[in-house]
Amino acid sequence: MENQLFKPGERIAIGASGGKDSTVLAYVLSELNRRHNYGLDLFLLSVDEGITGYRDDSLETVKRNELQYGLPLKIVSYKDLYGWTMDEIVKMIGLKNNCTFCGVFRRQALDRGAALLKVDKVATGHNADDIAETVLLNILRGDIARLSRCTSITTGEDGPIPRCKPFKYTYEKEIVMYAYFKKLDYFSTECIYSPNAYRGFAREFIKDLERIRPRAILDIIKSGENFRISTSTKMPEQGTCERCGYISSQKWCKACVLLEGLNRGLPKLGIGRSRGLNSDVKKDIKQGGGTESIESKQCGSLDF
Amino acid sequence: MQLTLEFGGGLELLCESVKVHNVNVDLPKGVDKLTMRNLLSWVRTNLIKERPEMFMKGESVRPGVLVLVNDCDWELCGQLETTLEEKVVVVFISTLHGG
Repeated sequence: MENQLFKPGERIAIGASGGKDSTVLAYVLSELNRRHNYGLDLFLLSVDEGITGYRDDSLETVKRNELQYGLPLKIVSYKDLYGWTMDEIVKMIGLKNNCTFCGVFRRQALDRGAALLKVDKVATGHNADDIAETVLLNILRGDIARLSRCTSITTGEDGPIPRCKPFKYTYEKEIVMYAYFKKLDYFSTECIYSPNAYRGFAREFIKDLERIRPRAILDIIKSGENFRISTSTKMPEQGTCERCGYISSQKWCKACVLLEGLNRGLPKLGIGRSRGLNSDVKKDIKQGGGTESIESKQCGSLDF
Repeated sequence: MQLTLEFGGGLELLCESVKVHNVNVDLPKGVDKLTMRNLLSWVRTNLIKERPEMFMKGESVRPGVLVLVNDCDWELCGQLETTLEEKVVVVFISTLHGG
Protein backbone atom coordinates (compact mmCIF):
# COMPACT_ATOMS: atom_id res chain seq x y z
CA MET A 1 0.00 0.00 0.00
CA GLU A 2 2.67 2.50 0.97
CA ASN A 3 4.51 1.97 -2.27
CA GLN A 4 1.51 3.12 -4.30
CA LEU A 5 1.91 0.39 -6.83
CA PHE A 6 -1.46 0.58 -8.54
CA LYS A 7 -4.27 3.03 -9.15
CA PRO A 8 -7.90 2.12 -9.81
CA GLY A 9 -8.74 1.68 -13.46
CA GLU A 10 -5.20 0.81 -14.50
CA ARG A 11 -4.53 -1.97 -16.98
CA ILE A 12 -1.87 -4.31 -15.63
CA ALA A 13 -0.07 -7.10 -17.42
CA ILE A 14 1.24 -9.86 -15.16
CA GLY A 15 4.41 -11.48 -16.49
CA ALA A 16 3.43 -15.12 -16.34
CA SER A 17 5.82 -17.98 -16.91
CA GLY A 18 3.80 -20.72 -15.27
CA GLY A 19 6.32 -20.93 -12.45
CA LYS A 20 5.70 -20.52 -8.75
CA ASP A 21 6.22 -16.75 -8.47
CA SER A 22 4.07 -15.69 -11.39
CA THR A 23 1.30 -18.15 -10.60
CA VAL A 24 1.07 -16.94 -7.01
CA LEU A 25 1.22 -13.34 -8.21
CA ALA A 26 -1.62 -13.90 -10.64
CA TYR A 27 -3.69 -15.63 -7.97
CA VAL A 28 -3.06 -13.02 -5.27
CA LEU A 29 -3.64 -10.03 -7.55
CA SER A 30 -6.88 -11.38 -8.95
CA GLU A 31 -8.11 -12.37 -5.47
CA LEU A 32 -7.33 -8.96 -3.95
CA ASN A 33 -8.72 -7.18 -6.97
CA ARG A 34 -11.95 -9.05 -6.53
CA ARG A 35 -12.14 -8.84 -2.77
CA HIS A 36 -11.29 -5.19 -2.35
CA ASN A 37 -12.57 -3.84 -5.66
CA TYR A 38 -9.30 -2.28 -6.77
CA GLY A 39 -10.83 -1.83 -10.20
CA LEU A 40 -7.75 -3.14 -12.00
CA ASP A 41 -7.87 -4.65 -15.44
CA LEU A 42 -5.58 -7.68 -15.20
CA PHE A 43 -3.95 -9.61 -18.04
CA LEU A 44 -1.53 -12.49 -18.24
CA LEU A 45 1.46 -11.88 -20.48
CA SER A 46 3.69 -14.78 -21.36
CA VAL A 47 6.92 -14.99 -23.34
CA ASP A 48 7.70 -17.99 -25.50
CA GLU A 49 11.47 -18.19 -25.87
CA GLY A 50 11.28 -21.35 -27.93
CA ILE A 51 12.89 -23.79 -25.50
CA THR A 52 11.60 -27.27 -26.22
CA GLY A 53 10.88 -29.39 -23.20
CA TYR A 54 10.79 -26.40 -20.86
CA ARG A 55 8.84 -23.45 -22.14
CA ASP A 56 6.26 -25.42 -24.06
CA ASP A 57 5.38 -27.30 -20.87
CA SER A 58 5.25 -24.22 -18.68
CA LEU A 59 3.07 -22.43 -21.22
CA GLU A 60 0.52 -25.19 -20.75
CA THR A 61 0.45 -24.23 -17.08
CA VAL A 62 -0.18 -20.58 -17.97
CA LYS A 63 -3.03 -21.58 -20.24
CA ARG A 64 -4.54 -23.46 -17.30
CA ASN A 65 -4.03 -20.38 -15.13
CA GLU A 66 -5.92 -18.35 -17.72
CA LEU A 67 -8.93 -20.59 -17.20
CA GLN A 68 -8.52 -20.99 -13.46
CA TYR A 69 -8.24 -17.30 -12.64
CA GLY A 70 -10.25 -15.93 -15.55
CA LEU A 71 -7.50 -13.60 -16.80
CA PRO A 72 -7.02 -13.08 -20.56
CA LEU A 73 -3.68 -14.34 -21.84
CA LYS A 74 -1.32 -12.98 -24.47
CA ILE A 75 1.76 -14.89 -25.60
CA VAL A 76 4.65 -13.21 -27.44
CA SER A 77 7.39 -15.32 -28.96
CA TYR A 78 11.06 -14.76 -29.72
CA LYS A 79 10.49 -16.33 -33.12
CA ASP A 80 7.93 -13.68 -34.08
CA LEU A 81 9.78 -10.76 -32.54
CA TYR A 82 13.38 -11.57 -33.43
CA GLY A 83 13.32 -14.47 -35.87
CA TRP A 84 15.27 -16.72 -33.49
CA THR A 85 14.20 -19.28 -30.86
CA MET A 86 16.43 -19.94 -27.85
CA ASP A 87 17.04 -23.45 -29.16
CA GLU A 88 18.46 -21.94 -32.36
CA ILE A 89 20.48 -19.37 -30.44
CA VAL A 90 22.04 -21.97 -28.17
CA LYS A 91 22.94 -24.09 -31.20
CA MET A 92 24.86 -21.13 -32.47
CA ILE A 93 26.53 -19.78 -29.34
CA GLY A 94 26.84 -22.82 -27.09
CA LEU A 95 25.90 -23.13 -23.43
CA LYS A 96 27.76 -20.12 -22.10
CA ASN A 97 26.25 -16.63 -22.13
CA ASN A 98 22.93 -17.89 -23.42
CA CYS A 99 21.19 -16.44 -20.37
CA THR A 100 22.47 -13.03 -21.42
CA PHE A 101 20.66 -13.33 -24.74
CA CYS A 102 17.51 -14.67 -23.19
CA GLY A 103 17.34 -12.06 -20.44
CA VAL A 104 17.86 -9.15 -22.81
CA PHE A 105 15.38 -10.45 -25.34
CA ARG A 106 12.82 -11.28 -22.69
CA ARG A 107 12.75 -7.78 -21.26
CA GLN A 108 12.08 -6.30 -24.65
CA ALA A 109 9.55 -9.00 -25.45
CA LEU A 110 7.64 -8.14 -22.26
CA ASP A 111 7.62 -4.48 -23.20
CA ARG A 112 6.42 -5.19 -26.72
CA GLY A 113 3.72 -7.50 -25.43
CA ALA A 114 2.67 -4.88 -22.90
CA ALA A 115 2.47 -2.26 -25.66
CA LEU A 116 0.28 -4.57 -27.74
CA LEU A 117 -2.06 -5.03 -24.77
CA LYS A 118 -1.99 -1.28 -24.16
CA VAL A 119 -1.39 -1.69 -20.45
CA ASP A 120 -0.20 0.93 -17.98
CA LYS A 121 2.17 -1.32 -16.02
CA VAL A 122 3.81 -4.72 -16.05
CA ALA A 123 3.95 -6.67 -12.78
CA THR A 124 6.50 -9.45 -12.40
CA GLY A 125 6.87 -12.12 -9.75
CA HIS A 126 10.43 -11.27 -8.64
CA ASN A 127 10.75 -12.16 -4.98
CA ALA A 128 13.11 -11.02 -2.22
CA ASP A 129 15.60 -13.78 -2.98
CA ASP A 130 15.75 -12.73 -6.65
CA ILE A 131 16.38 -9.09 -5.77
CA ALA A 132 19.06 -9.97 -3.22
CA GLU A 133 20.78 -12.12 -5.86
CA THR A 134 20.64 -9.23 -8.32
CA VAL A 135 22.17 -6.82 -5.81
CA LEU A 136 25.02 -9.26 -5.23
CA LEU A 137 25.49 -9.87 -8.95
CA ASN A 138 25.71 -6.16 -9.68
CA ILE A 139 28.23 -5.64 -6.89
CA LEU A 140 30.34 -8.54 -8.14
CA ARG A 141 30.29 -7.06 -11.62
CA GLY A 142 30.79 -3.49 -10.54
CA ASP A 143 27.70 -2.40 -12.42
CA ILE A 144 26.70 0.76 -10.59
CA ALA A 145 24.09 1.91 -13.02
CA ARG A 146 22.11 -1.26 -12.53
CA LEU A 147 22.78 -1.39 -8.81
CA SER A 148 21.14 1.95 -8.28
CA ARG A 149 18.05 0.87 -10.24
CA CYS A 150 17.59 -2.76 -9.32
CA THR A 151 16.12 -2.29 -5.87
CA SER A 152 13.34 0.09 -6.88
CA ILE A 153 9.99 -1.55 -6.55
CA THR A 154 8.87 0.26 -9.69
CA THR A 155 11.34 0.81 -12.51
CA GLY A 156 11.23 2.52 -15.83
CA GLU A 157 8.72 5.20 -15.09
CA ASP A 158 10.41 7.42 -17.61
CA GLY A 159 10.70 4.62 -20.14
CA PRO A 160 8.26 2.71 -22.32
CA ILE A 161 6.17 0.92 -19.71
CA PRO A 162 6.83 0.98 -15.94
CA ARG A 163 7.48 -2.33 -14.30
CA CYS A 164 6.82 -3.26 -10.69
CA LYS A 165 7.68 -6.15 -8.41
CA PRO A 166 4.99 -6.54 -5.77
CA PHE A 167 6.84 -9.45 -4.14
CA LYS A 168 10.00 -7.45 -3.56
CA TYR A 169 9.97 -8.15 0.19
CA THR A 170 8.42 -11.60 0.01
CA TYR A 171 10.72 -14.50 0.62
CA GLU A 172 10.77 -17.28 -1.96
CA LYS A 173 9.99 -19.67 0.87
CA GLU A 174 6.76 -17.80 1.67
CA ILE A 175 5.66 -17.99 -1.94
CA VAL A 176 6.28 -21.73 -2.14
CA MET A 177 4.48 -22.34 1.16
CA TYR A 178 1.53 -20.27 0.00
CA ALA A 179 1.31 -22.14 -3.28
CA TYR A 180 1.51 -25.45 -1.46
CA PHE A 181 -1.20 -24.73 1.08
CA LYS A 182 -3.50 -23.08 -1.45
CA LYS A 183 -2.86 -26.00 -3.79
CA LEU A 184 -1.96 -23.70 -6.67
CA ASP A 185 -0.97 -25.27 -9.94
CA TYR A 186 2.56 -24.36 -11.07
CA PHE A 187 5.43 -25.63 -13.16
CA SER A 188 8.69 -26.44 -11.46
CA THR A 189 11.72 -27.32 -13.52
CA GLU A 190 15.04 -25.56 -14.07
CA CYS A 191 15.54 -24.15 -17.54
CA ILE A 192 17.65 -26.70 -19.38
CA TYR A 193 20.11 -24.04 -20.52
CA SER A 194 20.72 -22.38 -17.18
CA PRO A 195 23.25 -24.51 -15.26
CA ASN A 196 26.20 -22.27 -16.19
CA ALA A 197 24.51 -18.98 -15.42
CA TYR A 198 26.47 -16.66 -13.15
CA ARG A 199 23.36 -16.04 -11.12
CA GLY A 200 23.54 -19.64 -9.92
CA PHE A 201 26.56 -18.79 -7.76
CA ALA A 202 24.81 -15.83 -6.19
CA ARG A 203 21.80 -18.04 -5.51
CA GLU A 204 23.86 -20.76 -3.74
CA PHE A 205 25.42 -18.09 -1.58
CA ILE A 206 22.11 -16.47 -0.69
CA LYS A 207 20.59 -19.82 0.22
CA ASP A 208 23.50 -20.67 2.50
CA LEU A 209 23.21 -17.22 4.10
CA GLU A 210 19.48 -17.69 4.63
CA ARG A 211 20.16 -20.88 6.52
CA ILE A 212 22.48 -19.13 8.96
CA ARG A 213 20.64 -15.84 9.31
CA PRO A 214 17.35 -15.57 7.38
CA ARG A 215 17.16 -11.81 7.80
CA ALA A 216 20.24 -11.46 5.58
CA ILE A 217 18.09 -11.44 2.45
CA LEU A 218 16.07 -8.40 3.49
CA ASP A 219 19.25 -6.76 4.77
CA ILE A 220 20.98 -7.13 1.42
CA ILE A 221 18.03 -5.48 -0.29
CA LYS A 222 18.12 -2.67 2.25
CA SER A 223 21.84 -2.15 1.62
CA GLY A 224 21.17 -2.06 -2.10
CA GLU A 225 18.51 0.59 -1.57
CA ASN A 226 20.83 2.68 0.57
CA PHE A 227 23.71 2.87 -1.89
CA ARG A 228 24.64 6.41 -2.69
CA ILE A 229 26.80 7.14 -5.70
CA SER A 230 29.29 9.98 -5.63
CA THR A 231 28.12 12.88 -7.78
CA SER A 232 31.51 12.97 -9.48
CA THR A 233 30.97 9.52 -10.97
CA LYS A 234 30.12 9.39 -14.63
CA MET A 235 26.86 7.55 -15.20
CA PRO A 236 25.53 6.37 -18.53
CA GLU A 237 22.69 8.44 -19.90
CA GLN A 238 19.44 6.95 -21.04
CA GLY A 239 18.75 7.65 -24.68
CA THR A 240 17.17 5.66 -27.45
CA CYS A 241 18.49 2.96 -29.75
CA GLU A 242 19.27 4.17 -33.26
CA ARG A 243 18.14 0.95 -34.85
CA CYS A 244 14.82 0.23 -33.14
CA GLY A 245 13.94 3.17 -30.90
CA TYR A 246 13.95 1.17 -27.69
CA ILE A 247 15.38 2.72 -24.51
CA SER A 248 19.19 2.39 -24.40
CA SER A 249 22.24 3.93 -22.78
CA GLN A 250 24.39 3.20 -25.82
CA LYS A 251 23.93 4.01 -29.50
CA TRP A 252 22.34 0.63 -30.08
CA CYS A 253 20.28 -1.22 -27.48
CA LYS A 254 21.66 -4.51 -26.23
CA ALA A 255 19.03 -6.54 -28.03
CA CYS A 256 19.98 -5.02 -31.39
CA VAL A 257 23.67 -5.63 -30.72
CA LEU A 258 23.02 -9.26 -29.85
CA LEU A 259 20.70 -9.77 -32.82
CA GLU A 260 23.26 -8.25 -35.18
CA GLY A 261 25.80 -10.68 -33.83
CA LEU A 262 23.49 -13.63 -34.34
CA ASN A 263 22.50 -12.65 -37.86
CA ARG A 264 26.08 -12.09 -38.91
CA GLY A 265 27.46 -15.23 -37.30
CA LEU A 266 29.42 -13.26 -34.69
CA PRO A 267 28.11 -14.82 -31.49
CA LYS A 268 30.50 -12.90 -29.24
CA LEU A 269 29.20 -9.51 -30.32
CA GLY A 270 27.90 -7.70 -27.26
CA ILE A 271 29.26 -10.23 -24.77
CA GLY A 272 31.96 -9.28 -22.28
CA ARG A 273 34.40 -6.39 -22.43
CA SER A 274 35.58 -4.88 -25.69
CA ARG A 275 39.04 -6.37 -25.87
CA GLY A 276 40.09 -6.15 -29.48
CA LEU A 277 36.80 -7.34 -30.88
CA ASN A 278 35.83 -3.69 -30.93
CA SER A 279 38.24 -2.86 -33.73
CA ASP A 280 36.77 -5.54 -35.98
CA VAL A 281 33.32 -4.30 -35.12
CA LYS A 282 34.33 -0.70 -35.76
CA LYS A 283 35.54 -1.57 -39.23
CA ASP A 284 32.29 -3.33 -40.00
CA ILE A 285 30.13 -0.57 -38.63
CA LYS A 286 31.99 2.18 -40.46
CA GLN A 287 31.13 0.46 -43.69
CA GLY A 288 27.58 0.04 -42.49
CA GLY A 289 26.17 3.00 -40.62
CA GLY A 290 28.91 5.01 -38.97
CA THR A 291 28.30 4.46 -35.26
CA GLU A 292 31.45 4.85 -33.19
CA SER A 293 31.28 2.04 -30.72
CA ILE A 294 28.59 -0.35 -29.69
CA GLU A 295 30.33 -2.01 -26.78
CA SER A 296 29.50 -0.96 -23.23
CA LYS A 297 32.07 1.19 -21.52
CA GLN A 298 33.16 0.97 -17.93
CA CYS A 299 31.32 3.56 -15.90
CA GLY A 300 33.08 4.93 -12.86
CA SER A 301 33.71 3.53 -9.42
CA LEU A 302 32.12 3.57 -6.02
CA ASP A 303 33.51 6.14 -3.62
CA PHE A 304 33.38 5.42 0.08
CA MET B 1 7.40 -47.13 11.37
CA GLN B 2 4.87 -46.28 8.67
CA LEU B 3 5.33 -42.88 7.11
CA THR B 4 4.11 -40.97 4.08
CA LEU B 5 6.68 -38.94 2.18
CA GLU B 6 5.86 -36.42 -0.53
CA PHE B 7 8.24 -34.75 -2.96
CA GLY B 8 7.45 -31.52 -4.78
CA GLY B 9 8.93 -28.61 -6.67
CA GLY B 10 10.86 -30.87 -9.00
CA LEU B 11 12.31 -33.22 -6.36
CA GLU B 12 10.08 -36.03 -7.53
CA LEU B 13 12.36 -36.34 -10.54
CA LEU B 14 15.04 -37.68 -8.21
CA CYS B 15 12.71 -40.47 -7.09
CA GLU B 16 11.68 -41.75 -10.50
CA SER B 17 8.89 -39.17 -10.80
CA VAL B 18 6.85 -40.61 -7.96
CA LYS B 19 5.48 -37.81 -5.81
CA VAL B 20 4.01 -39.77 -2.90
CA HIS B 21 5.75 -42.64 -1.16
CA ASN B 22 4.22 -44.73 1.60
CA VAL B 23 7.18 -46.24 3.35
CA ASN B 24 8.18 -48.33 6.29
CA VAL B 25 11.28 -47.08 8.01
CA ASP B 26 13.17 -49.20 10.50
CA LEU B 27 14.72 -47.51 13.49
CA PRO B 28 18.49 -47.63 13.49
CA LYS B 29 20.07 -49.91 16.09
CA GLY B 30 20.17 -48.59 19.64
CA VAL B 31 17.79 -45.74 18.96
CA ASP B 32 14.28 -45.66 20.39
CA LYS B 33 12.95 -42.61 18.54
CA LEU B 34 13.13 -41.83 14.84
CA THR B 35 14.46 -38.36 14.12
CA MET B 36 14.53 -36.36 10.88
CA ARG B 37 18.27 -36.90 10.82
CA ASN B 38 17.72 -40.67 10.60
CA LEU B 39 14.96 -40.24 8.05
CA LEU B 40 17.10 -38.09 5.76
CA SER B 41 19.87 -40.62 5.48
CA TRP B 42 17.28 -43.35 4.99
CA VAL B 43 15.72 -41.38 2.13
CA ARG B 44 19.06 -40.73 0.52
CA THR B 45 19.94 -44.40 0.60
CA ASN B 46 16.58 -45.86 -0.38
CA LEU B 47 14.54 -43.35 -2.36
CA ILE B 48 16.88 -40.95 -4.18
CA LYS B 49 17.85 -42.66 -7.40
CA GLU B 50 19.91 -39.89 -9.00
CA ARG B 51 21.72 -36.61 -8.21
CA PRO B 52 21.64 -36.83 -4.41
CA GLU B 53 23.37 -33.43 -4.23
CA MET B 54 20.08 -31.87 -5.32
CA PHE B 55 18.39 -33.18 -2.20
CA MET B 56 21.01 -33.14 0.50
CA LYS B 57 24.06 -31.15 1.40
CA GLY B 58 26.07 -32.67 4.21
CA GLU B 59 23.79 -33.95 6.94
CA SER B 60 20.80 -31.82 6.13
CA VAL B 61 18.73 -30.97 3.10
CA ARG B 62 20.17 -28.73 0.45
CA PRO B 63 19.48 -25.06 1.22
CA GLY B 64 16.40 -24.16 -0.77
CA VAL B 65 14.47 -27.34 0.05
CA LEU B 66 11.53 -26.84 2.39
CA VAL B 67 10.53 -29.56 4.82
CA LEU B 68 7.04 -29.87 6.30
CA VAL B 69 6.20 -32.33 9.05
CA ASN B 70 2.40 -32.79 9.20
CA ASP B 71 2.06 -29.43 7.43
CA CYS B 72 4.31 -27.72 9.94
CA ASP B 73 7.63 -26.11 8.98
CA TRP B 74 10.36 -28.29 10.46
CA GLU B 75 12.28 -25.22 11.61
CA LEU B 76 9.55 -24.81 14.20
CA CYS B 77 9.70 -28.42 15.35
CA GLY B 78 13.42 -28.81 15.84
CA GLN B 79 14.78 -29.31 12.30
CA LEU B 80 17.05 -32.35 12.28
CA GLU B 81 16.13 -33.28 15.84
CA THR B 82 12.39 -33.44 15.12
CA THR B 83 11.05 -36.78 16.34
CA LEU B 84 8.67 -38.57 14.05
CA GLU B 85 5.59 -40.45 15.13
CA GLU B 86 3.71 -43.21 13.39
CA LYS B 87 1.76 -42.20 10.26
CA VAL B 88 3.39 -38.77 10.03
CA VAL B 89 3.41 -37.01 6.64
CA VAL B 90 6.71 -35.42 5.61
CA VAL B 91 6.78 -33.15 2.57
CA PHE B 92 9.94 -32.00 0.75
CA ILE B 93 9.50 -29.07 -1.63
CA SER B 94 12.31 -27.61 -3.70
CA THR B 95 12.24 -23.87 -4.35
CA LEU B 96 15.16 -23.85 -6.74
CA HIS B 97 13.63 -23.22 -10.11
CA GLY B 98 12.33 -20.36 -12.19
CA GLY B 99 9.23 -18.50 -11.15
